[in-house]
Amino acid sequence: MTTNATTEPRKVVKTRGIEAARARQALWLLLPTLIAIAIVAGYPLWRTIFFAFKDANLTSPETATNVGFHNFWFTTEDGIGIGFLQDPKWWQAVKNTMLFTVVSVFLETVFGMIIALVVNGSFKGRAFLRTAMLVPWAIPTVVSAQMWAYMYNDSFGLIGRGLLGGQALLAEPDKAIWALIAVDVWKTTSFMALLILAGLQSLPSDMYEAADMDGASKWTQFWRMTLPLLRPALLVALVFRSLDALRVFDIMYVMLGPVNAASTSMTGYARLTLIDNSLLGMGSAVAVAIFLIIMVIVIIYVTAFRVKFD
Amino acid sequence: MNLQRTNPTLFYLQRAAFYILVIAITFYLLFPFVWAVITSFSKGANLFLTPGAFLVAPKTFDNYIQVFNNPAFQRGLLYSVIAAVGAVAISILFGSFAAYALGRFRFAGKQAVLYLILAVSVFPQIAVLGGLFTLIRSVGVFNNPLALIFSYLIFTIPFTVWVLTSFVRDIPGELEEAALVDGASPLQTLFLVLFPVMMPALVTTGLLAFINCWNEYLFALTFTSSNRTVPVVIANYSGASQYDQPWGPIMAASIVVTVPLIILVLVFQRNIVSGLTAGAVKG
Repeated sequence: MTTNATTEPRKVVKTRGIEAARARQALWLLLPTLIAIAIVAGYPLWRTIFFAFKDANLTSPETATNVGFHNFWFTTEDGIGIGFLQDPKWWQAVKNTMLFTVVSVFLETVFGMIIALVVNGSFKGRAFLRTAMLVPWAIPTVVSAQMWAYMYNDSFGLIGRGLLGGQALLAEPDKAIWALIAVDVWKTTSFMALLILAGLQSLPSDMYEAADMDGASKWTQFWRMTLPLLRPALLVALVFRSLDALRVFDIMYVMLGPVNAASTSMTGYARLTLIDNSLLGMGSAVAVAIFLIIMVIVIIYVTAFRVKFD
Repeated sequence: MNLQRTNPTLFYLQRAAFYILVIAITFYLLFPFVWAVITSFSKGANLFLTPGAFLVAPKTFDNYIQVFNNPAFQRGLLYSVIAAVGAVAISILFGSFAAYALGRFRFAGKQAVLYLILAVSVFPQIAVLGGLFTLIRSVGVFNNPLALIFSYLIFTIPFTVWVLTSFVRDIPGELEEAALVDGASPLQTLFLVLFPVMMPALVTTGLLAFINCWNEYLFALTFTSSNRTVPVVIANYSGASQYDQPWGPIMAASIVVTVPLIILVLVFQRNIVSGLTAGAVKG
C-alpha cells in the first residue's frame, strides 16, 4: 500500500506532463492551418461585414464613409428606395435561387437514388456504368455550362433548334431557370449517386436475405429497410448539395451573362453589384445577406435533422 | 431465379425493362459529352446541318489546332496548373500537420477547431470576395497567380484537413507509439512514419483538391485580368467577330481541359470514391 501511495502521484504528474507537451505540440501543428484560415477567411469576412455598413467604392476603399443600414434599406426624400432589399431584382434572384435549389436537389436525389440502386444490382456492364457515372462529375462546371449552352442554342443546338424548333431558351427568364436546373441535375446527379451507392454498399446483405425469406417484396424492402438505413448518409449529402446549390454562380454567369445572372442567382447579384458596378459597400451588404441566409439554413438543417458530422 | 421457371414471360419482361433503364441512364450520363466531342471535330460550317447529316460530315482537327495556337488558351493552361499545384501543395503540407494533430492528439478545444474548419467549408465564397479583392489589390498581387493560390486555400485547406483527419484516425496507433518510444519528435513521426502510410490518402486528397482548383471560376474571374485560368478562357472564348460564337473551338477547348481530369478520375476511381465519402458523408 505504501509503495503504491508513493509511486502513484509521480505517475500522474508524469502523464500530465506528457499530455501538456502533446497539447502544446498539437497547437504548433495546427498553427499554419489556423493562420491560413484567419487570413483567407476570417479577415476578408470581417472586411465584408465592415464594408456592408459603409458607402465605399471598390477602386478607393480608403474613402469609405459610415452609412449604417443604408445599403440594406434606405429611402431618399424623393421616395426612391436605394437599399438592395428594396430592389425587385434582388428578390427575383432570391426566388430563382430557392427554386433552383429545391428543384435541382430534389431531382438529383431521386435520380441519384435510381442510378445507385441500378448500379448496386448485378448485371453485365455494371463496371462500365460505374465508370460512366464519374464522367459528368469530372467535367468542370464552366465546361458543362458551355456544352449545354451549345445544345440550347437556337440556331446550332440539338435541343434549342432540334427539339424546340429554334426557341432561344436562355433568353426567356421563365424558361431559362429550368434550362439551368437541367444542367445542374446532369452535372451533379452522379455525385449524389456515388454517395448513395457508398451508403448502399455498407448495408448488411444478410438482412436482405432474411427479408427475402420472409417474402417481403423488393418495394417493401426499399421503403422499410433501405431508405431508413440510408437516412444519415442521405441527409449529409442533401445538406452539402443544398449549400452548393445556394451558392451557385458559374452556370448562371456563363450561360446568361453577368446582367441576367444577377436576377437568377444571389451570388450573381452580389458579384454584379460588388465588382462590375464597383459598389463595395452595397455589394458587401448583399454578401452579408447571403452569408446569413446560408448560415440560417445550415442551422435549420443541423437542428431539424440532427445531422451529425463525426 | 424462381421467377424464371414459374413465369418466364414476366421474368424476361423485367430483365428487358431493367436493361432499357441501364441504357437510358448511360445515354443520359454520356450523351452531352459525346456530342461535344463530335462537335469539336467538326467544321464550323457543318454545325448548321441536321443531326444525321452532321454526324456523317467529314471530321477535322482544325478546331484543336486553332485552340492550341491561341495564346490566351496556352497561358490559361499554364496558369491553371500553377494555381492548382501551388494551392494543393500548401494545403497538403498544412493539412497533414493539422490532420495529425486532430486525428492523434488529445487537447482542449479540439472540437471547436473541427467545427471551425467545417464552418469554413460551407462558407459562401461570395462572402469573402470583396474583402479578398481589396486585400489582393493592396498586397499588389492582382492578376498574379499568387492571388489565386492564396484565395484557393479557402476551400482546399478545410477539405484536406477534414479528409486527412478521417484517414489519420484509421491508422493504427502502434506505429506512432513505437516512434515516440524511440524518441522521435512529432515532425519526425509525421514525415518518416505517418507520411508513407498516408500516401494513398495524400494522393487522393491532393487529386480532389486539384480538381476543385482546376474548376474554380469565381475567384479566377475576379482576381485576374489577363493572366486567366482555363475555365475563364473557355467562358470568354470568342471568335473573329463579336457576334460569332465559335462552338467548334469552344468544344475543342472544353475537351482539352476535361480529358486529363477524366483520365485521372478513371485511373484513381477507387480512391476517389473513398475520398469523396470520407469528405462528404462523414462531413
